[in-house]
Formats: sequence, C-alpha cells, structure tokens
Amino acid sequence: MKLKKSFLLTLTLAFAVSLAACGNKDNSSGSTTTDTTNKPTSETTALSGSILASGSTALQPLVEQVGKKFMDKNTGVSIQVQGGGSGTGLTQVSGGQVQIGNSDVFASEKMKDEAAAKELVDHQVAVVAIAAVTNPEVGVTNLTKQQLVDIFTGKITNWKDVGGKDQAIVIVNRPSSSGTRATFEKFALGTKTEDLKGSIQEDSSGTVKKLVTETPGAIGYLALSYLDDKVKAVQYEGVDATVDNVVSGKYPVWAYEHMYTKGEPDATTKAFLDYFMTDEVQNGDVVELGYIPASKMQVKRDEAGNVTK
Amino acid sequence: MKSNQDTPLLLRKHRTEEWIGRGYTTICVLFLIVIIISIVYFVATKGISTFAIDHVSLSEFLFGSTWSPDDNKFGALPFIYGSFLTSLLAALIASPLSVCAALFMTEIVPNWGKKVLQPVVELLAGIPSVVYGFIGLSILVPFLRSTFPGQGIGVAAGAIVLSIMILPTITSIATDALSALPRNLKEASYGLGATRWQTIYGVILPTVLPSVLTGVVLGMARAFGEALAVQMVIGNAPHIPTSLFESASTLTSVITLNMSNTVMGSVQNNALWSMAMILMLMTFVFVFVVRLLERRHKL
Repeated sequence: MKLKKSFLLTLTLAFAVSLAACGNKDNSSGSTTTDTTNKPTSETTALSGSILASGSTALQPLVEQVGKKFMDKNTGVSIQVQGGGSGTGLTQVSGGQVQIGNSDVFASEKMKDEAAAKELVDHQVAVVAIAAVTNPEVGVTNLTKQQLVDIFTGKITNWKDVGGKDQAIVIVNRPSSSGTRATFEKFALGTKTEDLKGSIQEDSSGTVKKLVTETPGAIGYLALSYLDDKVKAVQYEGVDATVDNVVSGKYPVWAYEHMYTKGEPDATTKAFLDYFMTDEVQNGDVVELGYIPASKMQVKRDEAGNVTK
Repeated sequence: MKSNQDTPLLLRKHRTEEWIGRGYTTICVLFLIVIIISIVYFVATKGISTFAIDHVSLSEFLFGSTWSPDDNKFGALPFIYGSFLTSLLAALIASPLSVCAALFMTEIVPNWGKKVLQPVVELLAGIPSVVYGFIGLSILVPFLRSTFPGQGIGVAAGAIVLSIMILPTITSIATDALSALPRNLKEASYGLGATRWQTIYGVILPTVLPSVLTGVVLGMARAFGEALAVQMVIGNAPHIPTSLFESASTLTSVITLNMSNTVMGSVQNNALWSMAMILMLMTFVFVFVVRLLERRHKL
C-alpha cells in the first residue's frame, strides 16, 4: 500500500515536471519534440543538427515525407515538421523559433512588418494549382473570368445564367485569411471578394470537397490533387486545369509553395532545401503527393504576379 | 501503534509525510495559479492591443456587423450573436431532454437506470467533438438539406450538434442531484397521497431546480466554447443570419478558421485574440452564475 502510494506520487511528480518542461518550450504549437540529435551516432556524416519546420498544412505532408527520406540519408539530422498554417510558419521563422517557415503565399503579402518580411529568404519548392469545382449536376463545363467574378460577388445567383441548369448557386468559399482563397482571388478572379451572406466557408479541402459533392448547385475551388469524379472541375477561360497546362503557363491559377528561412540557412538546413530541389524529390515525392515540381515550371512569377517565360 | 517505543519513530515519519504532502500540494496549486494567470495575461494583452495599438474602436468591434479584415472592418457582432444563438438554442433543445432522461433514470427505473443508462450517457460525454462534427456533416446536414429550405448547413445544424454534445453534461448533473435527494421528501409526498407525477412535478423538480440550472449553465458554457464540431456544420459566413438554415459563424469557429492563417501581431490576429478574450470573459460569467446557483441551492 505504502509502496503504491509513493509510486503514484513519483509518477504525478514526474508528470508535473514534464508538464512544466513543456511550458518552457517556446515552440508554442504544443507538439512533442523528440530530439534525436543528442544520441551519439557512429555515422561519419558531416551533417548534424535539428531542423524545425512549421506552417502551411498544404505543404506539410510533402515536407514530412521528404524530411523522413533526408533523415534516412543523414542519420545525424533530425527534422520535425509542424502544421499551424502559413501565418504561424511565417511568424515562427521570423521570430527564430523554427528554421523553416512553410507558406502558401509570399511573405510580403502576409506580413505587416516589411522589414521582417525582407529578412526572410524564399525557397520555392513546389507549385499548387487550383481549379474551380462544381457539383457534377449543374451542367457547366467552362466559366470565364467574368462569370466567376459575377458568381463569387453574388451578381449571378443561378446556374442558368452561365449556361447550366435552373438551380441556385451555393458558394463554398474559404475564410478570408486562407492562402488558397488569396491565390484563387488573385489569379482566377483578379479581385478581392466580399463574404456573401449565406455563403459557406470551410478551411479544409476535404470538407470543401465533401460539401461541393453533396450540395446541389455548389461551387468551390480545390487544389488539383483533390480532384476526382465526385466533383466537376470546370475549365477556366476554356483551359483545362491540368498539370501540363500549368507547367506551360496556359492555366494561370497557381501559386508557389514557399519554404522560408531567416537570412541564409545554416549548412544542415541548406542541404535539406537543396535536397528538395533534386530531381529525385521533385520528380518523385512532389509529383507523388499531387504537387507540381517547381523545377519543371516553364514560366516564373514574381511577387507582384508578373509572369515571365 | 503497537508498542510505546514505536511512537517517536512513527511520529517523525508522519511529520515527514505531512511535510511532503503539504509541499507537494502547494506546488501543484501554485503551478495551476501560474498557468491561469499567464493564460489570462496573454489573452488579455493580445486582446486589448486590438484597441490600444491598432485603434479599432471597441464599439465597432462589439456592435459592428461587418467583418472584412481586408478593408479594416472588424465588426465582431455576427460572431458574438452566432455564439449566443447556437448555445442558447442548444440549451433549449437539450435541457428538457436531459431532465426527462434524468427523471427516467432515477425515478422510474432506478436500478436499470443506474447500471445501464448512466454509463451510456457518460460514454456520450467521452466522444471526441470532431466525431460529433463529422456525424453532423455526414448525416444531419444532408437530412436538414432535404427537409428544410437552405443548404442544410447553418445555425440549426450547429445548435443540434451542440445540443447532443451537452446532453450528457446536463443529464449527469441532473441525475446526481436527483439521486442525492433525501428519501423522506418523496415518501412524505407519497404518504400524503400524491401520485408519482404529482410528486415529481410538485416536490422533486422544484427542489432540484438550482442543480438542474447549474447543469444547464455548464452545458451552455461547453456549447459556447466548443469550436470544431460547430465549425464543421455552421457554414462560417461572417454575417448575422436571418434564418435558422442560413450559414453563420460563432466566435470559436472564426478563431479556429483564421488563427492559423494570420500572422501574430497583425490587426486581424489581434482581433481574433479579442474574440478569445470575450470567450474567456463569458466563461467567467458562466462560472460566476454557477457559483450563484450553488449558493442558492445550499440554503
């Protein structure tokens, strides 16, 4: 009995102490950092250290997968990837809590503090293209830019006005802070839109897809990797939303996935980012997970949105 | 205390035990206090900076109905309204159900109720909110869509999901209150020739009312603070809804949707913290109300 009690006491104490230790961490995201770097390794790899990346949930699976591969190759390195959203990634990399901040948008578009945004070095690792999708029943295959603008600003409220069935349009939008929405508004609509009364807003692509699939008359937008038969991807100005059209620059609704470092990265982080740009990763993991390799793009785009060949 | 020689040793041992126990519990309490104070401090500094640093006017924030961060419009009324509307509706739906369920478990089938029904209700409390949200999105929303006008998603869906979530909270508290009721109250009532219904209506319910209200308030507090499940089914349009089947937002849903996408220190981010502060203040109000009810109950 006594033994049990003291055991329980030590256990609670240990728990409390570990909780306290958690409280001291600055990483705030509340993830458990398993630091494997302190283990003595017999490997003679030159690289060692730990990389912490946080930010965009759209980019997270890719960074995780590539990170795992990189760790297999360099046993002295530990890479930890957290989500949190583009805003979190930029905040944390700028504040020095993480080495890499993942973002769906250019830092200058998101950050108020211009000086802090300038300190960040951009590494564009992949491209994500976004297609307007509708419920398969609405019977529309192509939408022009003007039609899309009219739909998303509430001027057109019935599908029959754009050549579809006589059915009310239900907009499944993203929250105003979303990177996907920013990309869609900038390159597909060319204008910011107000949140319409009665429109639906969801942040997760899975939920958007589910709602567009099930709700009659729904329109939304999804990254190409989410497209399948359940939703109808409509052409934009007569151009199909396909990888080839994005690569050749015909289809304009796409954005870079950025991995930001504060200043020039240290040797380990640099090696990791370089590894990201190798053909092995660009043609392997990037494609496999539904992104478009940044290295393949035949067109380039700067922060202002100017496209160059 | 088997023999006299043992006493000093035992005494010393007990003193050490006492000392360790005292020290340990003090540390725990201090730890809790530090956590609470730092959370309140953090949320408050962030929340107040919307008004102090970014100069958003407090009245615009509380009563403005336009939420458009891109145009520097930070009216949070749609979210405040949405939060109150959904949690009140949820309490309205859940309270009668819970009280009746509690009555059934304690008064009508006490044995079976305690052995089977109560654990089931407690199980309901253990289901993660994301599961409620997903079930709401997969079953409730299509049902509402085909039965009522609108897209299924909206205030009604949010309130129904929340009402199911707070059902176990209210039921458990009501059940506890009912089973703690002294037997003689009931027996006296029966002895006077009252029927079971008259006893329940005239004696039991009035007596346990404060406790039941405590349960309702706690349930509302949970509904008010619930984020994930509501966010999945309410639609999240930043407008004051004109119908129960129209997309709307709550304080929690707008915070979870936007917090991760905004950069710390930006006005929008600070405005979200201000909403978190409102949530926190509301929680304090709920706790305060519960305290008041408990005090009334004690008389």
